[in-house]
Amino acid sequence: MSIPSNLRYAESHEWIRKEPDNTLTIGITDHAQGALGDIVFLELPEAGRVVKAGEEVAVVESVKAASDIYAPVAGEIIEANTAAVDAPESINTDPYGAWLFKIKPANLDDIDALLDAAGYAKIVDAA
Amino acid sequence: MAKQTPLYPVHAASGAKIVDFAGWDMPIHYGSQLEEHKTVRADAGMFDVSHMLPIDVCGAGAQAFLSILLANNVAKLSEEGRALYSCMLQEDGGVIDDLIVYFFAQDDYRIVVNAGTADKDVAWMREQASKLHGGNVTINPRRDLAIIAVQGPNAQAKVWAALPGTEAAASHLKYFQAARMDELMVCFTGYTGEAGYELIFPAGRAIEVWNALAAQGVAPIGLGARDTLRLEAGMNLYGQDMDESVGPLESGLAWTVDFSGERAFIGRAALEAKAPARQLVGLLLEDRGVLRSHTPVFTAHGEGETTSGSFAPSMNASIAFARVPAGVEVGDKVEVEIRGKRLAARVVKLPFVRRGKVLV
Repeated sequence: MSIPSNLRYAESHEWIRKEPDNTLTIGITDHAQGALGDIVFLELPEAGRVVKAGEEVAVVESVKAASDIYAPVAGEIIEANTAAVDAPESINTDPYGAWLFKIKPANLDDIDALLDAAGYAKIVDAA
Repeated sequence: MAKQTPLYPVHAASGAKIVDFAGWDMPIHYGSQLEEHKTVRADAGMFDVSHMLPIDVCGAGAQAFLSILLANNVAKLSEEGRALYSCMLQEDGGVIDDLIVYFFAQDDYRIVVNAGTADKDVAWMREQASKLHGGNVTINPRRDLAIIAVQGPNAQAKVWAALPGTEAAASHLKYFQAARMDELMVCFTGYTGEAGYELIFPAGRAIEVWNALAAQGVAPIGLGARDTLRLEAGMNLYGQDMDESVGPLESGLAWTVDFSGERAFIGRAALEAKAPARQLVGLLLEDRGVLRSHTPVFTAHGEGETTSGSFAPSMNASIAFARVPAGVEVGDKVEVEIRGKRLAARVVKLPFVRRGKVLV
């Protein structure tokens, strides 16, 4: 199971990548996709929606169950990955490539409170 | 501590994801539930269903006993090996379990019941036997047996290749008929809507039979795909689509209740006392989303809810069974509520899929 060291993580199994333009790209981890099983449906937020940290913003549904996805920091949704909506299985095959949505954070420093790869690995090991 | 079937070591060694199912450690999938589903529709797959319980009902009073115990009529069975799907009802018409009963002779039947209800079923059967027929019936639970279901368009040919003698013994079988070869019972039954067999035999041979099937290219299939396959096939799941709180007439199972003649089966009086107010129907979600169980359903005749729902891999759509008011008809447009949003769905005829073909 892969936990890339260049990403940040939330305890609720989202990964967060800081882009050069200071926006954040969010997806779900390899561990999360493995636990969910075959993913068949995504419900992603509209661009322009303003969200709080920890707010439910998306839903990933596998054959088995629906899982809520949370905003890791406060900010504004600037884009959803429509290609992933059309190919939900891409989350299984490429969890760190098939992102879900992008956020313009209200406060860029908020990402410092998120887990690094070592911190997330501990959570996965304990699960 | 969870119970394990004789095939548990094989599942564990194969890397299956194991979950608790009705107190049993069972494989939910061996990698991909979607792939397993598609394998059964296109080729052949095998399921360890040894958690289910065969119960032998024998003795001079067996037929009379079963004609009272079961809502379907065992008197319809006269050809050796013929089988019948039936509910076993409470006096109030609630469903204790659904089962298959096989006829071998008027004093020799075998019933196969669900895992989660097995203990309750045996206790109920013994209680009824002692009330009705005293010493004329023996009820013998067979935990010494394993059950492997082999399902798919190529399933029967692969069973014939894997298990010598089965082609001669079973190739003539009709749907819902079984043949016995010494201690191996080959049943042309299943829970997927595909052709295939359910094999019932001594548990000590389970791993040998599993490996022989695997050598013919029969893929192991977990309970996850079993659920989506049976849902597409329009087959009820006990505990989800019906239970003790609801009768067969409100569960899409009227076809399994035999009201002909005066046969006083348990639950008959209650079923005849009032017309069913609800019915179980098939739903196809027309908007994007995934139906699950207990999704609210809004119809022109009032509200209902889904009992089973899932993504249907053969259809690339979401489907469900829903218990809705009587009066709702096939073709009706209804709405379902998922995460606070109303989505469009349509009432469709069951099954959704049969023998690899999508019917809706």
